[in-house]
Amino acid sequence: MLTDMNLEVNQHSVVRELTYAEALREALRQAMQKDASVFLIGEDIGIYGGAFGVTAGLVEEFGSERVIDTPISEAAIAGACAGAALTGMRPVGEIQFMDFVTLSMEQLALQAAKVRFMFGGKASVPMVLRMPSGSGTGAAAQHSESLENLLVHIPGLKVVMPSNPYDAKGLLLASIYDNNPVIFVEHKLLYKIRGHVPEEMYQVPLSETKVVREGKDVTIVATSIMVARALEAAEKLQEEGIEVEIIDPRTLNPLDEDPIIKSVVKTGRAIVVHEAVRTGGYGGEIVARIASSEAFDYLEAPVRRLAGLDIPIPYNRELERKAVPQVEDIIEEVRGLIRGAY
Amino acid sequence: MEQDKPTAIQRLTKKREKELLEMIGKQQIHLTLERMYLIRAFEEKAEELYGLGKTHGTMHLSIGQEGTALGACTAVKSGYDYLLNHHRGHGHCLAWGGGVKEMMAEFMGKETGYCRGRGGSMHIADVERNNLGANGIVGGGLPMSVGVGLSIQMRGTDQVCLAIFGDGAANTGPFHETLNMASIWNLPVIFLCENNQYAMSMSLGRAFNIDYISQRGCAYNIPAVTVDGNDFLAVYDAVMNATERARSGEGPTLVECITYRWRGHSRSDRQLYRTRDEIKEWREKDPITRLAGKLVKAKMLTEDEQVAIKEKTRQSIEDALVYAEDSPAPDVSTVMEGVYAD
Repeated sequence: MLTDMNLEVNQHSVVRELTYAEALREALRQAMQKDASVFLIGEDIGIYGGAFGVTAGLVEEFGSERVIDTPISEAAIAGACAGAALTGMRPVGEIQFMDFVTLSMEQLALQAAKVRFMFGGKASVPMVLRMPSGSGTGAAAQHSESLENLLVHIPGLKVVMPSNPYDAKGLLLASIYDNNPVIFVEHKLLYKIRGHVPEEMYQVPLSETKVVREGKDVTIVATSIMVARALEAAEKLQEEGIEVEIIDPRTLNPLDEDPIIKSVVKTGRAIVVHEAVRTGGYGGEIVARIASSEAFDYLEAPVRRLAGLDIPIPYNRELERKAVPQVEDIIEEVRGLIRGAY
Repeated sequence: MEQDKPTAIQRLTKKREKELLEMIGKQQIHLTLERMYLIRAFEEKAEELYGLGKTHGTMHLSIGQEGTALGACTAVKSGYDYLLNHHRGHGHCLAWGGGVKEMMAEFMGKETGYCRGRGGSMHIADVERNNLGANGIVGGGLPMSVGVGLSIQMRGTDQVCLAIFGDGAANTGPFHETLNMASIWNLPVIFLCENNQYAMSMSLGRAFNIDYISQRGCAYNIPAVTVDGNDFLAVYDAVMNATERARSGEGPTLVECITYRWRGHSRSDRQLYRTRDEIKEWREKDPITRLAGKLVKAKMLTEDEQVAIKEKTRQSIEDALVYAEDSPAPDVSTVMEGVYAD
C-alpha cells in the first residue's frame, strides 16, 4: 500500500524499491560521500550498525572517525552535535530509542534550539538528531515512546516525521542540509516497509505538507506510521462509499498548515490520528489550527482526535496493540464521524 | 589508602614568574592589566546601572575573578581558538577581546548589542571571534565542547577549545559525560574550572567530598592541576601548558582555578551563607592589585602608567555607556527574527 504513495516516476524508468531503513542509510551515505562536514555520532552505530541497523556498513565505508560510536551519554551526544554544528560541521546524531531523548533534553531545548536566537541570529546549528519512536515491538514502556510533541513545543527545533521510504530519504537529506537543529523521528515498524526510492540525491522540502490521498468526505491528518494505517482504513471505507482524504504534515514544526485547512474546507470533517498519547499531543495543535481558520465555517462535525491512550506502553501484546490507534479504530472513528455520532 | 592526587595548589616559583613576565613582555602585560581594570569597571558600572533601573533581569558579577578570566583567555589565541563559558561570563567576553560597547548595549537590551538585545547579561556571545557564548545553564556548555573538539579534529586545524565552567558544573551529569568523551577521543579541549567556592549558596565543603576538583581528572585519565585563580600568571602558565598539549594532539587538560566572587550570586542574593570576614579576606587577595604589584616590583609598570591605564578604562566605560544609551532598541516588529536560520 505504501509503494503507491510517491510514484512520481516517469514511465520508462524501473521502479526501484528500498526499505525505509535502506532509504535512510542511502541518504546518510550520499551526504557523507558528497560532503566532508557530515558525520555520524551515536551509540552502537559503528560495527553494530545501530540498534535498528540503519547505519549498517557505514563505518566500513567511512571509518570510525566519521561514524563515531559513543559511550552511553545522551546529553553529550546532543551537545556534541550542537558544538560541532556551531563550528562548521553538519553532524547527524542518533539517539538509540526516542525515549532516551529525555536525557538529551537540556542540550536540545536549552542549547541547540536557543543559541541562534539568544545570540541575535548570529550563529546557526545545522544538526540532525535521528531517533526511532513508537510501539509495536513488545519493548514496553521505556523503549516505545512517541515524544515528538515534547520537541514540537520548543521554538528553534524543527521536527520531521517521515511516513514512507521515499520521504525518509528526501526528508533526511533536506534535514542534513537545513541550517537548523532538526529532530528526525523515525518509526521502528516502518524500517522494513518497502517503497519507491530514486537512486539520485533528492530532497523533500521541510515544512511541506503532503496530500497523500484525495477524497471528499473526511480529512484524516496522520503522522508517521498512522499514515499507512489511515491508507489501509481508507481502502476499506472506500468500499462503503466513504471517500477519505489523507494528509501527512511530514514536518510537524514549522507546520505548513494550508493544505490541511484547504482539505477541511473541502470535506467539512477532520480527524487527527497519531500514536503519541492524546493529552498535550500534536492532535491538539492541528485541531486548534483548523478551529481558528476559515475551515471552521465549513465544519459539519466536531474535529476528532484519535491518539494513543493516556498510558505508558504496556508489555502484553494485546494491551500494547490496544494502547495506540489501529486500522479498525480509524475505520470506526470515520464511520462515527460520518454518521454524526459525535 | 594512599592515592596520587593533587594535594596542594601549584604555585609559581619566583624564577618562573620572571620567565613568564619576560615572555609576555611589557606591552602585552599592560594590555592584560588594562583588560582586568576594564572588567572591574564594566561590572561596577553594570551594578550601578542596575541600581538606577537602567538594566533589568538578573546578572552575575565576576568581580574578584578577573585573574582567572585573563589568565585563561590570554594563554590561547582568542579569535582563532574557541571559547565556551558560563553565566558569570562578562569577564570572559572582555578577556577574549570583546568590545565593551557591544557588551554595554547588550546589557541595555539594544539592537547594537552583541545579541541584538535578545540575550542580555547571561548569554553574551561574540560568534565572529569564536566566542560561542556564555550559558545560563550550569554545565550547559560542557557537552558542546565535545562537538567543538571533534570539529577541530575533523577539520584538521590546530585550534583548541577553552571550556570554562564553575565548581557547581563539576557536579552535573554532563560534566562526567563530557570529560569521559574528551579523554577517549583525545580532544583538544581545555577544561577550566573557575572554582569560586560557591554554587549559589552551596559551598565547596558541602557539595564535594574531595579537596580539589582537579582530583576528578584522574577518573578520566585527564592530567589536572589546581592553581591560584587570583594569580594571573599561575593561571596563564597552567592554561598555556594545557594549550600546548591540546595543540600537539595530546588531548584535554583539567585546570582548576581557585578564586572568589566578591559579590553575591546574583542581584537577589542576601549572602546568608558566608561571613563578612570571609569576603574581606578574599578582597585582600585582589587579582588586579596583585598583578599590578608584581609588575611594579618587576619594574614593568610605573605609578603614572597605572593611573593612565585606569583612566583609559574609565573613559572606555563612559564611551560605551553613551554608545549604548544612544543606540536604538530593537524594533518590536523584528521579534520573530533569529528563531530559525534560512
